[in-house]
Parts: sequence; structure tokens; C-alpha cells
Amino acid sequence: MYKAKIYVTLKEGVLDPQGQAVRAGLISQGFAAVEEVRIGKFMEVVVATHSATEAQHLVREMCERLLANPVIEDYTFVLVEVV
Amino acid sequence: MTEHYLELQDIDQARSMGLRPPEWERLLAVLGRRPNLTELGMFAVMWSEHCSYKHSKTALRQFPTGGPQVLQGPGENAGVVDIGDGQAVVFKIESHNHPSAIEPYQGAATGVGGIVRDVFTMGARPIALLNSLRFGDLSSPKQRYLFAGVVAGIAGYGNCLGIPTVGGEVYFNDSYTNNCLVNAMCVGLIDHHLLTRGRAQGTGSRLILIGARTGRDGIHGATFASEALGEHSVARRPAVQVGDPFMEKLLLEACLELIEAKVILGMQDLGAAGLTSASSEMAARAGSGVELDVALVPRREKNMNPYEIMLSESQERMLLAVEPEQVPLVLATCAKWGLTGTDIGQVTASGMVKVLFNGIVVAEVPARPLASEGPVYHPLATEPPWQALVTALNLAAIPVPEDLTAVLGRLLASPNIASKEWVYRQYDHSVRGDTVTLPGSDAAVLRIKGTKKGLALSVDCNSRYTYLDPYRGGAIAVAEAARNVACSGAKPLAITNCLNFGSPERPEIYYQLTRAIAGMAAACEALGTPVTGGNVSLYNETAGQAVFPTPTVGMVGVLADVERRVTTAFKQEGDIVCLLGSTFEELGGSEYLKVVHNLERGLPPALDLAAERRLQSLLVALAEGALLASAHDCAEGGLAVAVAESAIQGGLGARIDLSPLASMRKDALLFGESQSRVVVSLAPTHFSAVEILAGAMGVPFVCLGRVEGDVVCLGRGQEAIIRADVASLAELWRGAIACHMSP
Amino acid sequence: MRFGVVVFPGSNCDADCHHAVGTVFAQEAEYVWHEEKDLSRFDCIILPGGFSYGDYLRAGALARFSPVMGAVVEEAGRGKLVLGICNGWQILLEAGLLPGAMLKNNHLQFRCETRHVRLENSNTPFTCTGHEGQVLSLPIAHAEGNYYIDQVGLKDLEAQRQIVFRYVDSRGRVSKEANPNGSLGGIAGIINKAGNVLGMMPHPERATEEILGGTDGRLIFSSILQWWGGQ
Repeated sequence: MYKAKIYVTLKEGVLDPQGQAVRAGLISQGFAAVEEVRIGKFMEVVVATHSATEAQHLVREMCERLLANPVIEDYTFVLVEVV
Repeated sequence: MTEHYLELQDIDQARSMGLRPPEWERLLAVLGRRPNLTELGMFAVMWSEHCSYKHSKTALRQFPTGGPQVLQGPGENAGVVDIGDGQAVVFKIESHNHPSAIEPYQGAATGVGGIVRDVFTMGARPIALLNSLRFGDLSSPKQRYLFAGVVAGIAGYGNCLGIPTVGGEVYFNDSYTNNCLVNAMCVGLIDHHLLTRGRAQGTGSRLILIGARTGRDGIHGATFASEALGEHSVARRPAVQVGDPFMEKLLLEACLELIEAKVILGMQDLGAAGLTSASSEMAARAGSGVELDVALVPRREKNMNPYEIMLSESQERMLLAVEPEQVPLVLATCAKWGLTGTDIGQVTASGMVKVLFNGIVVAEVPARPLASEGPVYHPLATEPPWQALVTALNLAAIPVPEDLTAVLGRLLASPNIASKEWVYRQYDHSVRGDTVTLPGSDAAVLRIKGTKKGLALSVDCNSRYTYLDPYRGGAIAVAEAARNVACSGAKPLAITNCLNFGSPERPEIYYQLTRAIAGMAAACEALGTPVTGGNVSLYNETAGQAVFPTPTVGMVGVLADVERRVTTAFKQEGDIVCLLGSTFEELGGSEYLKVVHNLERGLPPALDLAAERRLQSLLVALAEGALLASAHDCAEGGLAVAVAESAIQGGLGARIDLSPLASMRKDALLFGESQSRVVVSLAPTHFSAVEILAGAMGVPFVCLGRVEGDVVCLGRGQEAIIRADVASLAELWRGAIACHMSP
Repeated sequence: MRFGVVVFPGSNCDADCHHAVGTVFAQEAEYVWHEEKDLSRFDCIILPGGFSYGDYLRAGALARFSPVMGAVVEEAGRGKLVLGICNGWQILLEAGLLPGAMLKNNHLQFRCETRHVRLENSNTPFTCTGHEGQVLSLPIAHAEGNYYIDQVGLKDLEAQRQIVFRYVDSRGRVSKEANPNGSLGGIAGIINKAGNVLGMMPHPERATEEILGGTDGRLIFSSILQWWGGQ
């Protein structure tokens, strides 16, 4: 089996109100060095297959079809083999 | 080897779970033997204050609970009152104070979830939510965090369910700094013949558990709610449950569909003490017994033992009793809504709660002693020595400010008086398309589709009054909630209440509790609004500092014709402004004394219940005769603030001459909070009719001026006292809370 | 006229829409469970507001995979009217029936209040009884109404006159203050190129009766009826 660790983030250029609010919060807490904050989603999906290639293919398909919205979001993922 | 959960327990273990030595003895007597761990856990939660009301039961007996309108009084999941045409209103208020103090968003959200389940458990469609919230001073970041989190949690849950949050109150006072209060009220509508009760009826009936899977969340949450918050409370975060409003929406629709199909014999939500309370209360109410195999309960965590399954407080779960032949229909309905339904046991005639785990008996205890025959205490009530000191007030030593226009501005900008728009614009208050008086008036009004009727709803409590004089404060809480409802033109019907106090084991707190209840009971009696249920939240204290005694009252009233409802806002230039009720020189406990002189002392204003009743009857009669353009209760900030709020909401000024009122200090005249007073405006053509009716009904009535222009002027004869334009007052009133929240 | 009001798990304005078309406008109205696959009996399909599937993952993301959405796409292709309100619009965006996407409100809070919107295109089946520049007062109630589309898409929307409503002030001017959620260009509703699928954030069904404080929402339903009568 493979576990996919999937990161969905807002595309560059798309306004991230949550990120801006957190940035302002960090700065007000004294973290003056904070330049930018972007907030995304982290998901873990376990796929029942023994083939890394198949897992790769399946997870990409999931991201394209449901997990990310291509209009506003990008995604990346890493696969880890689990037993 | 015996499993841990089957090991027989001793008094030390009982004590560590919160039971006291006499309670342990009582438990031994009930069982005739020592309990195992699972059984002990069940008794520990069911005999906690939160579930058993052991310290408040005696005091609560003072409440009047009967009346021709009452279809269900205290003792069920929610109260029920008749509103005619075969319809009834189901309503209840409940606290979620401790969880909200630890995790404001989830604490408040699950509070909403719990109260909504209490209402649809009775078979009613939830149609409105209200809430009463109290925090410390908003200048503190921690208090702003709690306030923002609680409001977001209520919004997140209620909005998703599609139940409008139509009203409420928010107060800020230092006494709530370490113990915020979050009380949520839900109101539902039902046809009489669909009323369902939490009873395990009919030997052989099946018990079906539906909704969310069970996890380890909130184990001993009820016990947690019955302890004072200490330094370790923050570390207890895992005890706080996480809500899933989507699951609740599915559960709501599935249950109401089954109610319509008339296949449910009894139903109970799994709230505090989870499956333990649901199963034992259903059995105790019906005088039956239950037998369940908890190995069948769907779980979302591995290796859960029967102790954990019986005590879990995972949210969004219901237990149904149905006839065996109806089980397939119930399961099919669950499947339609994407819910898991599981047959976990049956109703017996044994009077016992028998719990099995894979067929092996793991607990067997009598239902009644567990659910309804817990210990009852008669705590000592002693008036605290400071009580007489705080009521002493030497007005002569308090100067009357020069610039009373500025004082009005400061009061309007006080978060306790300022507009709560920052709060209610986060709540969906118009979904379901029945909210005809939106938040911001004295009471919210909902129409009832298919009838001419309307429902008026309010929640109220001035806890500063209750702190200064528990009896009077309790009575005023009821009177004011009823007055708010009457201002909308509705006849007050009945109340629910949430009693938020400190530790009842301290004589001064128990004194506050019994006196407040006595005052409330007197007002309920006089105004004809019985108590149909509610909730007691004790131990709201930290390091010996208790919250102000806060008996929140939720009131329901009915309008015969919803088209005749009245709101706060002035409507028309040229309308006459009048005051109903008498004004006395009363400044004790006022918001003015707190804001301007930083004093929280004095006797709260007097309350004449007979006069109050006459006033409310008059308001209803005036509304029915369509004689009023507006009506607004004089509450915090007194007459001047009431006039200003009606002006701001109507976008119209007013010229007011106070000389017809008794002569007194100007600050008392403007900002004193004498009870049983309402500022009304009316068309000149209705003046004599109103005057005659007020006279006939024995309500003092004086004409104070007119609605005109865009300036609020209050004076006495030729003397101008306050002069401010409506727009600038509006800015202060509307902007104050938003200003605090986005510094 | 026959209206179908789709009910997804978590829809909560379904009853309000049903009441508006069925009772206030006295048309045939029927609830349609999200598992239905044939919507050919309807003249207009309404995707109501609410929190379909709890709005988990993204608003509308899971609802678009409900079986009924295949039928919605099919009927839209045949020229039937489809009206997505609030969560309904979010679903139409996720399903690709309308371009763009929805972000969280720029202030991150849910917002429920009455707002002004300006009618930008009265040449649609949903707005034909109004006139361009007309300012309507409509309730909004959402946490994710911050409409986003890239510059190319925006130009295309403008060129094709697909923007139907914009948030404005009481005098009809677009401004930052008049925009309740940060939506691009104050966009409050758009239509597809074929002109039969409308998505809008405000709730016209909550403004069809005097007793609810406003009747500007009637324009949408009257237009639908008039347009259909002329067919």
C-alpha cells in the first residue's frame, strides 16, 4: 500500500485572505520578519496497490478531479510505501 | 484474567471519579454489591451535578411549571407549549460554558448542536436559534479571542444546519473574565399528534443507534462541566468534542422523516454522559429496562472498551426505540440520508440497564436510581456579608456630569448597549424565510406559514441586578424577557431558563441561586409564564471568583396576527412619542453608573409585578388594535438610550420634553433604569385611543414629544439637556463592537 | 411552469425556493432528490443554497458528483433554465457549467445582510422584466462568495455580457464598501454563454414577499415566467 501526502495550495496570484490574516497576526505577535503566509490543505490518502506507478497515476487523477480545483489551486504530493 | 473494565472498584476509585463517600455508600446500597469500573463510571457521570441537578433540585421546585398552555413541562428533552390550531412550540435553553472556555469555536458549535437535538428529539422541526453570551472586558485580547471564536462557532454550526439565529444578547463584565458563558436556545414547531418523548416503550422494542460513529471524545465531559475551571483545564482539551453540523443536518432530516412516518416509540439524543444517559433515562421515564450489546456500536477508534463506549460524548448521535417490524424502514431511511443505523439492543421489562460486550454482561444496574434517583443535597444558603455593602449607594456623592450629550454617546458605545450587528451579521438569520422582525428589535418575530400567527422570542438577563439583589434580579430577568416579547405585540406564553452560577457548595452562591429562583418564580407566577424546562450550570468560578449570578431567561410569545407586530424603530415624522410606565430616581446597578462612574453598586430598580402585568397586557392590546408605530423597552441606559435607539433604527430624530416626568436628578431622569417602562411612538390620530386604553388598563401614560428631523433633542421645558444628530449617534452605536474587534 | 428544486444532503434553502415558486408564484414545484437521474419533466431546475456535503473540501466540490448533476448538465445542454443560488452557484462553478471559482470571503466571516446589486444584463431569461442599471435590494448569506476568475476569463465574461449582477451601493456605484466579500469587480452573479444557466450569490427567494422586508427577488422569478410564457 502507498500513502500519498498531498498538499493543495492556492495558485500564485490568487488572493489568500486566510494567509493575509495569519500574516498580520504573526507580525502583531512580534514576528517582524514575516514576509508572506500562504495557507493550503494537507491530505493523506492511503491507496491499496502494490505498484508505485499505479499509485502515482491514481493520486494525480484524484487531485485533478476532486481534491484540487484547477481554477484556483495547485497540488503536489509525495508517495510513501506503507505496510 | 478479568478485563480492567470488569474489575470491582473501591471508594478511592469512586472518589477519583468525582463521587463523594456518602454517594459511594448510596451506590453500594443500590447495587447490593461493589460496582465494576464500567458501572462506577456510569454512576459517576449520571450522579454528577450536570446530569443529576443534585445541588439545585430542591431550589428548582419553587418554579411554577403548570398552565393550560403547557403540554410538556420539565423532565423531558425540551418543554412544549400549545399555540393553538393543533400546533405547539418546543423550546429549551442550555449552557456550554466550560467547553467554550477551553475551545471557543468547538465549544459553542457543539452547544448549538446539543440544543438542536434536544428539540428535534421531541419530534419538532427546529425553526430558530437564540443565544446569550457573556465575556470579560473586550479590551483584553484573550476576551476578544473567546468572543470571536464563540460567535464563529455558533455561526459555523447553525448556518450549516439552515436554522436561523434570530436573536440573543451579549454582555461584557469582568466577572466573566475566567468563565465565559455560552447559552444556546432552540425553538421548534410541531403538530401535537407528532410529539415524541424520550421513552423506551414496549417490551421487545428494538434500540437503534443512528448518526456518527463513537470515539473517545468527551469521556467524563459531564463531570468536567460540573467542576470549577482550574489551571489544569487548558490541558484537558481532549475532553472537548468536535461538532459535525453536516452530520447533524442529516440526522435531523432522517429523524423528522421517521417522526412523520410515525414509527418512533421513543427517541433521545446522546448528549452529556452519552449512551449511559440516553439508555438509562429512556428506561427510567418509561419504567422499563434496556439491554444493549455495545460491541455492536460503530466506532471510529480502535480497541475501545465498554467503559469508553458507554461514556463517550461523541456528538450527533440518537437512540431510537422502534417496534421490531419497523427496523427495516428505519435502517432504510438512515441509508437514504447516508447515516449508519445499528440495532444495538432491546427494551426489557426488567427495570435494569444491562450492558453486554460481545454477549458477556459488563454492567447491570437499575435504571431509575441511575437516571433519576441520584443524591439530592440541601446546601446551606447564607447571605454573604458583602451583599449589604454593595447595595449601599450614596447618590449625593456622585456628581451629575456637565455634558450629558457626551454621556449618551459613551453609553451608546458601551459594548453592553451598542448594536450587536457585528455578531448577528455572521449568523444566517433569514434562512427558512420566516424571520419577519430581524435581530436588533426587542424580540425576534417569526411568521408561521399557513397561519396568521407569529412567534416572538427573546432571551434576557441583567446579571448586575442579580449580583446586587438576586431576588429582584431574577424577577427582572423574567419581566424584561416578557416585556421584550410584549413590545413586539405578542402575548408571553412560557419560559425556559439557564441558571449560570458559581459553586453551590458555597453558602453565598447557594443563597444567590435560591433567591434568584424565588424572584423568577414570583415573576413567572405574576405574568402567567410557567417554566417548561431548562438547564443548570454551576461551578462557573475560578479560584473562588464566581461569575455574576446569571439566570438567563428564554421567552416565547404568540402574536394572533403577525401583520400587527411592532418593532423598535421610529417610523414616521410627526408621530407622537410617549412613555408607558413610571420613572423613579433609580440609578442602582445601572449601566450609566458602571460606564461613567465605574460603580457596580446600589439596589437594582424596583419591580412592581402587578404594574408589569398591566403594562404587558396594554402593549398586546395596543398592537392588536394597530395603534402603535413603534415600541421599545427602557433597559440598560434608560429612557435616553431607548429614545436614541428607536431614532437610530428609524433614521429619524425626535424632540422630547421630559418636564411631564417627576422632578429628579438629570442623570437619573435620562439614564436611570426604572422597570416596566416602554417608549412608544404613534400616529397623532391614535393618540386619544391609546390614552383611553392606557387609562382603562391602569398604565401611567405621558406624552413626551414627537418624531421629527434628524436630531435627537431631550430637554426639560426650555432647558436643552441632550442634543445630537442621529447620524453621529448611529455611528457610535453601530461601530463600537466592530471597533473593538478590529483594532 | 414546472420547477424542480434539487435537494443535496446539506441543502438548506430548498424549502425556501420551493415556497417561492410553488406558493408565492403558484407554479408546479417539486423536490428532486440528488440521486435522481432524469430531470426532463422540468422547465426550470433550481440548485438551492445551503451546505451540500457540509461544504467539506470546497463548497460545492462534492455535490457536483451527485448523480443528479449529470441530468442537470444534460438539461442545461437542451436549453432548460438552470438557476444556482448561493451554494447552487458554487456547485455550478465546480461542475464547470459556469466559469471561475469561489474563494472565502475576504474578511473570513459569514455575512448575512441585505445588499444592493445592479442589474448588468436584462437580456436574459432570468432578468428580462428588469432594466440595466436597475438596483435591487437582496439578502445575502454566505461565507464563500468571493468570486475569482483569471484576467482572460474576466475579459471573456465582460465581452460576452455574462456578468448579470454586481454589488453596488444604494446609488448603483461599484465600490469597495459596497462589496460584501471581495468578489472580483463586485461580481454577484454570472450567466453561461448560451444564456440559460445563471449563478448568483444573493437569495432572491428570501425577497419575494412584503412581510419578509422586500420583494426585489420577485424580478428573477417573474422574468423566468415571462420568458417561458413567450417561448
